[in-house]
Amino acid sequence: MPRERRVIVAEDDVLTREGIMSLIARFGHRVATAVGDADALVAAVREHRPDVVVTDVRMPPTFTDEGLQAALRLRQDDPMLPILVVSQYVEQTYAAELLESARPGTAGIGYLLKDRIGEAVEFIEAIDRVAEGHTVVDTEVVRQMLCRRRDPLTRLTPREREVLSLVAEGRSNAAIARALFITETAVAKHIGSVLIKLDLHPDEDDHRRVRAVLAYLRG
Amino acid sequence: MPIRTALDALSLPPTRLVRSSWPWRSALYLVGGALPGAPAIVLLMRYGIEDPVPVLLATVSTLAAGGIVFGRLERWRLRLVDSVPVPDAHRPLPPRGWRHALRARLREQATWREIGFVGISIGVLCWLDAVVLACAVGYPVAAVLSPLHEQDNRPLATLVSVGMAVGLLAAAPYVVTAWAGARAAMARALLGPRESDRLGDRLIEVTRSRARLVDAFEVERRRIERDLHDGAQQRLVALNVYLGLARLEVPAGSPGHDPLVKAHELARRALSELRELIRGVHPQVLTDRGLGAALHDLAGRSPVPVDVDVRLPGRLPPAIEVTAYFVVGEALTNVARHSRAGRAGVTADLDDDRLILRISDNGVGGADPQAGTGLAGLADRVAAVGGKVSLSSPPGGPTVVQAEFAPAVSDAA
Repeated sequence: MPRERRVIVAEDDVLTREGIMSLIARFGHRVATAVGDADALVAAVREHRPDVVVTDVRMPPTFTDEGLQAALRLRQDDPMLPILVVSQYVEQTYAAELLESARPGTAGIGYLLKDRIGEAVEFIEAIDRVAEGHTVVDTEVVRQMLCRRRDPLTRLTPREREVLSLVAEGRSNAAIARALFITETAVAKHIGSVLIKLDLHPDEDDHRRVRAVLAYLRG
Repeated sequence: MPIRTALDALSLPPTRLVRSSWPWRSALYLVGGALPGAPAIVLLMRYGIEDPVPVLLATVSTLAAGGIVFGRLERWRLRLVDSVPVPDAHRPLPPRGWRHALRARLREQATWREIGFVGISIGVLCWLDAVVLACAVGYPVAAVLSPLHEQDNRPLATLVSVGMAVGLLAAAPYVVTAWAGARAAMARALLGPRESDRLGDRLIEVTRSRARLVDAFEVERRRIERDLHDGAQQRLVALNVYLGLARLEVPAGSPGHDPLVKAHELARRALSELRELIRGVHPQVLTDRGLGAALHDLAGRSPVPVDVDVRLPGRLPPAIEVTAYFVVGEALTNVARHSRAGRAGVTADLDDDRLILRISDNGVGGADPQAGTGLAGLADRVAAVGGKVSLSSPPGGPTVVQAEFAPAVSDAA
């Protein structure tokens, strides 16, 4: 059981917000506060200094992308604040903007479809991974990125692309090995080969995985 | 029958015609019509016989410069014998200085008809007006009055002559009114607007009204998108969350577990179908981020790899953005379904305010716009915002679909 995290939830739909709060509490974390719009989110973050933020994209007053904008603003103010954005939009544009804020040495970031909140265990895992500094991107969004297969991604073999897509989803080497029915050593080998093909040399920092994901996003 | 013109007035009983104002108005109209002849007579008498050049010059310059003014004067004069006003056949002028105004006028048929009318007026009509007035009114009046100041020794001949003159004078209202009516009908035909003068305007108006309709549809689609998002989609998200919560409490093997798993799966599927539906109604990314981002996302969903090259400096009018989006969407669907292409490309750039979209692929070609590929529908959508779609798809490929959009019609902007 990971340690208790203090979470701020921003979601304008009351039922969904309460559902997320129950879920977070059910897994032993604490909801510092829950808000219904982007301005309240920014204020709440300043007040409560949470371990991780979970925010919707489309919120009052304009119902466009306030949540995403607030997340970007929060990251600009504090690059060490982990944020998981949950969205109704599968469009990679939104995810790409968010992931641009993930620089080496900054906190974890995530972009999930709201559908995934229903997968309780996976959702809480995603919160944990983001809180721990990892990048989490929704499978569906990653699938779209894979479709863009542009250079230098065209140099990857199908297996390497599969591995990279699972990395982008925020899975660990062990989880990838299980998913693909291969050994962890094979996974590590594939990842190493992916990083080399994407010109991300293994002697750099831990955020190479993040940057591999970004390579997808920038296309 | 209501009397609207001098010609209509001819159908009145003689006593009523004589008492009405029509003969007098007709006479006045003809006097006005005869006037332009006066300067011409003076000019001809002075120079015309030995040296016709100044007369020709004066005539030509009057024709060229005076056509429009003369036309306007004639339309105004026409009110004397035609109670229905003749509309101006000219189009409104662009507010950009006299050069543009002159050019616009010279391009109009109405201007040339007016100049022609000046020619007919000076060459023929004013003389005819004078002749009709002289024969129908001048001669009989003179004849009737002649016995008063002329001592005649042939009283019988005088009596016959006066009798004829009185008869002519009695017919004068008819002659004058008839000629004025006929002349007015001709003037109306030449100086009034014709179908072809207005057609251009009407086409622009039709284009605008279609653009307004497209805008209205787009507003409506966005409203539907919002309603679906705020309503059904939110409820389904919440339902899905609670089903997820419920599954945590119902262990595998317990009686409720299997139906719960099924319900959860159904909710998930409903959510994903609804998301696709909402995006089909109106892609939110288009509103939030514009055509460039939306096209990249479309390309991302295509099973055939797509190279996207968008060069747009800013946002375009919503109707054009959304039409362009659906054009690319449909074209990429066709690429995936029919082309067997290994690669496709989408470019979007502005050529002098006109958006040019090009969707190409390296597939087998031979795309047939009639074969239900949605290309005809695409062309209709683009035409509705004042653009056109062209297709090149020789057998063996490559296929290129190009959509050109008219610069935003001002109402749509």
